Amino acid sequence: MERIKVSFTLNGKPCEVMTKPYSRLLDMLRDDLRLTGTKEGCGVGECGACTVILDGKAVTACLVPAPSVEGRNVVTIEGVGKEGKLDPIQEAVLKEHALQCGFCTPGFIMSAKALLDENPFATKEEIRRAISGNLCRCTGYEQLTTAIYEAAEELRKLNKTKI
Amino acid sequence: MPLSKVGEKRFNVINNSVPRIDGVDKVTGKARYAADIYMEGMLYAGVLRSPYSSAKVVKINADKAREIEGVHAVVTCFDMPRRQSWATYMYLTDVIRYPGDCVAMAAAESKELVDEALAAIEVEYEELPGVYTIEEALAEGAPLVHEKYKNNIFTDSYYPIRKGDAEEAMKKADIVVEREYRTQYIEHSYIEPEACVCYINPNDGAMTVHSASQNPFFTRRYVADVLGVPMNRVRMIQETLGGTFGGKEEGAGLVAGRCAYLANLTKRPVKFVFSREDSFLESAKRHPFRFRYKAGLTKEGKIIAWIGEQVDNCGAYNNQTQFMNSRASIHSAGPYEIDNVKTDTYGVFTNNVHSGAMRGYSSPQIIWAQEQFIEELADACGMDELEFRRKNLLHDGALTATGWPIEHCVLREIMDYTAKETDYVRKHKEYKTQKNERKRRGIGLAVTHRGSGLGAESPDASGCMMICNEDGSVMINSGLAENGQGLKTAYAQIAAEALGVRYEDVKFFGTDTHSIPDCGMTVASRGTVMGAQSVRKTGEKLKGIMIQNALDIKAFPLEEIEKKYKLKAGSLSYDKLEVKDAELLNSEFFLKKYPEVKVPFKNVCNTCLWAGKQMAAFEWFMPEALNQDHHTGQGKAFPTFAYGCIVAEVEVDMKTGYVDVLKVTASHDVGTAINPALIKGQIYGGIVMGQGFAVTEDVITGKRGQKTKNFDSYIIPTAMDAPEMKINIFENDDPAGTYGAKSIGEPATEGVGAAIANAIFNATGRRIYENPADLETILLGHKLQ
Repeated sequence: MERIKVSFTLNGKPCEVMTKPYSRLLDMLRDDLRLTGTKEGCGVGECGACTVILDGKAVTACLVPAPSVEGRNVVTIEGVGKEGKLDPIQEAVLKEHALQCGFCTPGFIMSAKALLDENPFATKEEIRRAISGNLCRCTGYEQLTTAIYEAAEELRKLNKTKI
Repeated sequence: MPLSKVGEKRFNVINNSVPRIDGVDKVTGKARYAADIYMEGMLYAGVLRSPYSSAKVVKINADKAREIEGVHAVVTCFDMPRRQSWATYMYLTDVIRYPGDCVAMAAAESKELVDEALAAIEVEYEELPGVYTIEEALAEGAPLVHEKYKNNIFTDSYYPIRKGDAEEAMKKADIVVEREYRTQYIEHSYIEPEACVCYINPNDGAMTVHSASQNPFFTRRYVADVLGVPMNRVRMIQETLGGTFGGKEEGAGLVAGRCAYLANLTKRPVKFVFSREDSFLESAKRHPFRFRYKAGLTKEGKIIAWIGEQVDNCGAYNNQTQFMNSRASIHSAGPYEIDNVKTDTYGVFTNNVHSGAMRGYSSPQIIWAQEQFIEELADACGMDELEFRRKNLLHDGALTATGWPIEHCVLREIMDYTAKETDYVRKHKEYKTQKNERKRRGIGLAVTHRGSGLGAESPDASGCMMICNEDGSVMINSGLAENGQGLKTAYAQIAAEALGVRYEDVKFFGTDTHSIPDCGMTVASRGTVMGAQSVRKTGEKLKGIMIQNALDIKAFPLEEIEKKYKLKAGSLSYDKLEVKDAELLNSEFFLKKYPEVKVPFKNVCNTCLWAGKQMAAFEWFMPEALNQDHHTGQGKAFPTFAYGCIVAEVEVDMKTGYVDVLKVTASHDVGTAINPALIKGQIYGGIVMGQGFAVTEDVITGKRGQKTKNFDSYIIPTAMDAPEMKINIFENDDPAGTYGAKSIGEPATEGVGAAIANAIFNATGRRIYENPADLETILLGHKLQ
C-alpha cells in the first residue's frame, strides 16, 4: 500500500513517519508510532479522549489529517513531564483523586496543559471552559477542575523560582 | 439514630483517602487498555449490521468480499455453526430483531480492508413488522419478537409484591391518586468503546482473550461456548477498563465471542474494537420504564394502600431484566412504610436495542417516578412535602414492602440534615410564588434507600487469594474486577487492614481467569460491601498464620524485650507464647504486652520461605441466606440498606425550556467510608450522570432504526454543564458489610434525577411525566417525536 512521509516535531524531538495518506493524526500516533496514551473514544471530535497539543493548541487528533502536521509541533501525553518526573498537572490529578477509569485522563491533561501553558492564571471558570471539549463519565469533573486549578498555582510557584 | 461523620471510627488503613493504586499509570498514558494491544500478524475485525429494525435476510452473498487481498475471513449468518451465544444474544443472525443485529463479520489485515470487505457483501432483506413501545408490544395480535413469549411479555422477569390487602385498603382511603410516568433509554457512555484482542497461546493452545470486560468470567463463558471448548481452554485477562457502569457485560461477551471465533478460524491474533457507532447500536441501555402508581391516603396524610405496575422495555434480547426486576419490585413502594402494597413488575420484548444493567439497576427510574409521585400525594392532601415524607418514611422497626423490619435506618435524619443545610424550606416556598417570567428558580428533594449487594437476587459469595512474598510484599487476587471505580485500591486497603501490613506493600494485580475461581460478577455496587468480605476474611486468616509462623521461627528477640522492659532474664519463653499474644500491624510484628520491640514483617517472610512455612491463604465468603417468598415477595431481601438524600437547585428558562442545574447537594450513608476520596469521586460522577438522565440524555430508536449513534446527538454533561456540588458522607454502625461499608456506586446517581424533576416542578409548576426534561417536555409537556 502507498505510504507517505510526514516529518514533524513530536514531544520535542524530530520525527519522521511513513503513514497511509488518509491516516488521521490519531492513527499515525497509535498505529504507526504505538503511542497509545492518546485514546479514541468517538471518532467525531466530541469526546476529547484523543486530545493532543498541536502548535500550542489543544486539538482532537481524530479530526486532524496526519499529513497536515508536516513541519509542525505535536505534544502527546507521552511528552508530558520531564526526566521521568510527573508534570504538576499529573501530580495534582493524582493528589485530588481526579481520575477513575482513566481512559479520558490523558485527553484532560493535554487540554489542561494547553490552557496553563497559555494562561497560568486561569480561573476555575476558564478551566471548565478549556476542558469542556473532554467528556468524562466517571468523575463529574469536580476533582479535575480543582486539580488543574491547583496545578496552575504550583506551576506559578515553580516559574517564580526559575526567575 | 444520630448521623455520624467520617473519622469517628478507628482504623489503620481503611477510612483514609490513600492514593489510587493505578493512578500513575493512568496519568502518564501508560495504562494499557485492550485497544492498545498490537501483535505481530494481527488481523482486525468488524461486523455488518442490519439497516432495518425488524427484517429477515433472504439472500446474502460474500463472494466478492472473500476475493479481496488481505481479507482472511468473511463469515455470514449462514456460515456460523454456533451463531447464538449461551444467552439469547446472537453473534450473527438472519432474523433481524433490532437495528444492532449483525448479518456478517470479517477479519482482514487492516481496518480499511475490513470496511471494504463488509461493504462488498450483498444482502437482500425482507422488512417485517415490529414493536417498539411497551404499548405496541402488549397490543393484541402484535408481532412477536420471540415466538416463545406470548404477548411479548418476558415472563421470567415477573415479580409481584403482595403485602396486606391493597385493594381493600384502597377502598377505605380518603384520597386516591393515580399517575403514570415514563423514562427513556440511557446509554452508559463509558468513554472507552468495547475492545478485545484474541489469540491462540502457542504454549498450551488456549484461546487467550484480552478484553475490556466488566466481568471477566462472564466473558469467558461466551468464548468457551462459541468455540465449543472447556473453560480451562480459555484464558481471559482483563485489561484496564475504560468505564462500564454495567455496560460491558453482554456486549463485551459478544465482541469477545466473535473475536475468538475469527482468531480460531484464521489462526492469527485478531483485534476487534468497536467504533462509537457500534457501541451505541449494540451495547445495552438503561431500561425505559412505564410506571403506573395508585396510592390511597388518609386525610391526615398517611399512605395506607399502594398499587403499582412497573413495566420495562427489554428490547430484543435479554439477560438482565429477570434479575433486575427483583430489585425493582423490592423497591417498588419506595422508602416508605405502607401496610398494604400490591405491585407487579415485568418486562416486555420489543424490536429495540436490548436493555441491560446500568448503574442503579432500575433505581434511577423508580426513584424518579416515586419521588415525584410522593410530592403529588402530599399536594393532594394539602401537606408540606417534607412533613408528608416524615409521616410515611421507613424507620427502625418499620416493615419494608417485603415485610421485613428495617434496622440502622437514618432516612429521616439524613433528609432533615440535607433540607436544613440547603435552606430547602425557605427556598421552596419562595420559588413557588416567584414572579419572574423568563428565568425561574426551583429546588427539589428526593430520598433514597438501596438494598446493598445482590440481596435475594443471588448469593453474594466471593473468594480471595492472598500471598506474602519473601520480601514482605503482598499480592491479592479476587475474581472481582477493577472497573475504574477504584476496586484495586479499596481491596488493597482492606487487605492491608485485615492482614496488618502497610497499604504500599499490597498489590492487586487484576483479574486473570486462569488464576482464581469465578467469584461472581462485579455488579450491584457489591464489590466493596460484599465482595471484599472474602478479602477481609482471608487477611484475618493469613494474619493468624503469619503470627504463628513468627512464633515458630522464634522471630521475637525475647532477651532484648526482657532487657528493655526490665523483666527477669528467662521470664519470656516461646513455650508460653501463643498467637493471641502477638500482633502484626503496619508490617511489623510485636508482642502485645511489649509493643516497643518490633520485628519487620519482611524478615519473618524471608525466613519463612526457607523454612517452608505457609505464606498464603485462600478463603471463601458466603453471606447469610436471605429468604424471600417468590409469590408474595415477602421476606428478607437484602442484608442492609444504604440511605441517601439529594437536593437539586435549578434555573429554568421559560422561553427555551432549558434547565440549568445550578447546585446539587448529596448526602449519603456509606456505613464505613473505606476511602473517602474515592467515595467523593463516585458521588460527583453519579450526580453528573443523574443530571444527564434528568435533562438531556435520550437514545432515540424505533421502526426506522436507532437515530442516536454518537456523542454529537447524545448529549452528556460537560464540565461547563456540571452543577456546583456539595457532598455529605455519613457513617453508620450497621455491621452488615465489609468493616461496615455499604454500597455507594449506584446510590450516588439514583436519586439525582428525581431531585431535579422535583426542582423543575418547584420552578415551573409543571410535572415531568416523561423523562428527560428536555426543551420540548418543559415547554409543551410532551415530546415532539
